[in-house]
Amino acid sequence: MSDPKNDEFAITVEFSGGLEMLFNNERKLSLKIPTKDDSGERSNVAFLVRYMCDNVIKDPRKELFVLDDTVRPGILVLINDADWELEGEDQYELKDGDNILFVSTLHGG
Amino acid sequence: MASAHLIDSLQGQISSCEAQLQDLRRQLAEAQYSQQEEQRGRPNADPLAFDFSHGIHDDFRSEIEAVLSHTARAPLPSERWPLNRNEYRRYGRQLIMPEVGLQGHLRLKNASVLIIGVGGLGCPAAAYLAGAGVGTIGLVDGDVVEESNLHRQILHSTARVGMSKVDSAMVALHSLNPSVNLVPYKDRLTPETAISTIQDYDLVLDCTDTPASRYLVSDACVLTGKPLVSAAALRIDGQLMVLNNPPLPAGDTAGGPCYRCVYPKPPPPESIETCGEGGILGPVVGVMGVLQALEAIKVLTRSAPVSGDGVVTAEPPSLLIFCAYTNPMFRSIRLRSRKAKCAACSAQATITPEALTSGSLDYVQFCGSIAPVHALNSDERISAENYAKVRFDVNPFTGFEPKNDSHILIDVREKVQYDLCNIEGSVNIPYSAVTRIPARSGNTKSAEDPEWIAELKKLPEKPVFVVCRKGNDSQITVRKMKELGLDNGGQRWIGDIKGGLVAWRQNVDKEFPDY
Ligand SMILES: [Zn+2]
Repeated sequence: MSDPKNDEFAITVEFSGGLEMLFNNERKLSLKIPTKDDSGERSNVAFLVRYMCDNVIKDPRKELFVLDDTVRPGILVLINDADWELEGEDQYELKDGDNILFVSTLHGG
Repeated sequence: MASAHLIDSLQGQISSCEAQLQDLRRQLAEAQYSQQEEQRGRPNADPLAFDFSHGIHDDFRSEIEAVLSHTARAPLPSERWPLNRNEYRRYGRQLIMPEVGLQGHLRLKNASVLIIGVGGLGCPAAAYLAGAGVGTIGLVDGDVVEESNLHRQILHSTARVGMSKVDSAMVALHSLNPSVNLVPYKDRLTPETAISTIQDYDLVLDCTDTPASRYLVSDACVLTGKPLVSAAALRIDGQLMVLNNPPLPAGDTAGGPCYRCVYPKPPPPESIETCGEGGILGPVVGVMGVLQALEAIKVLTRSAPVSGDGVVTAEPPSLLIFCAYTNPMFRSIRLRSRKAKCAACSAQATITPEALTSGSLDYVQFCGSIAPVHALNSDERISAENYAKVRFDVNPFTGFEPKNDSHILIDVREKVQYDLCNIEGSVNIPYSAVTRIPARSGNTKSAEDPEWIAELKKLPEKPVFVVCRKGNDSQITVRKMKELGLDNGGQRWIGDIKGGLVAWRQNVDKEFPDY
């Protein structure tokens, strides 16, 4: 799974609840992301969100994904099927093979 | 117009009365049937009855029974057995389940559930709970049944279009199980009424469809100590959570998280789509409503939810995610426990019963709303009637015959909607394709520009009219086209049709479909 150069790792990013529309209607992406962020720190979820804004999202309506430098209210971030609050929120350090799921709340009934 | 309204209203009242009449006839039939049953004799306690009931014709058996019945009459069934004869028959299949059993059923029978919202979630949820013999079901909804509800709101019917959803659901639920006590609330839940409505119930189902109502229902459940089964659905997706379970007082960290623990801040209003805008597949919302009934039955039938050391326990909190088009369709996510700073359920809670009942908490304002779009000046817009003149009338100044190709009509609804019905000669450029073009200024070219931009540039003299469903997306599109320089610095007219296809149908083409 991991990159031979060992300076990238492979993670899966998934979208649910309509967020996939901002990502070209793809519900599941396989990403290779740098193991270290710009300041040389181990890449965490906060870095992933910035990375996705800069490199992955094609839709200009980025405000439907991020607000004030973090995921907007109404989006749950789930790290390996657990609420990110259980894993240290955006400070969670990513590992090779992690699954990050972004879920937008639904309100219809 | 007034007479059309009167006709509608009368038709609504007639179908409402007819439905009630039908319901009364059915109730009468049921009453007559049970009276006959009573007269045919009570269940025989005689051990001989068992032998007689096998292979002997009913008529003959009743004769024999009649002869024998003068001896030692059995006590009334209600005194003898914990459930009456009809209940054993009706609920037999669930009574023999170890998960329910006699005790579980008695818990359901003594329980009361409040269902807030009698739509796509509330209808199936109410049907299963009434079927299961939940003693009391309260139904809250201020809306009336519309034709566009019927593909998913399974308690309502064509004949009951125009009736209040609560009345319509009462007719259906009563005919499903007349022994359930149904309590109608024919208004929307408000902060002022939420606590007094909810406090009489054991458990609440949130089957509403707006963020504001979801926060309100959750806050009221925390304040009254009720577990809450919350679900939502849109398009092909559904979500389900059991909140405030166990329903311990605010500040008790052993209590289950509330809606605010999971979503402390409401989403921006522009990110919210309703079923009317985004669409909904009937069985998707149906699945979620059925799951709400299931979770409610699980919570209500659970035997004393107390662990060895006297602590109230419950399943750890989770969010169930459903997607009709992924494999597997279900996914369960572990959720946080109560949030230390939750405004509703923590020791620092600021949401109090007084604040709620006094009406000082404005949930609609808290969740915000989208301001109507006013992106264009009046000279950049044309009414549907005037656009019709462009299409159909002879130009009074030039005397030219009207022609469809004198201009370009762009319909920015998504393709799937465009394919349903469209104005002849229009071109479809979906709004999602318009918004995907990055912002830029002036008449600059980009290698990634889609085909349609080039096409429009090839016809620089033709005026462009933009239309959408309601007249919002069309305005944004006109702005965008001007940003892209498609108006040649003002030489070409680009504008939108005010009020979109809704106005087109109202004022020009009455036969244009309303979906
Ligand atoms: Zn809370």
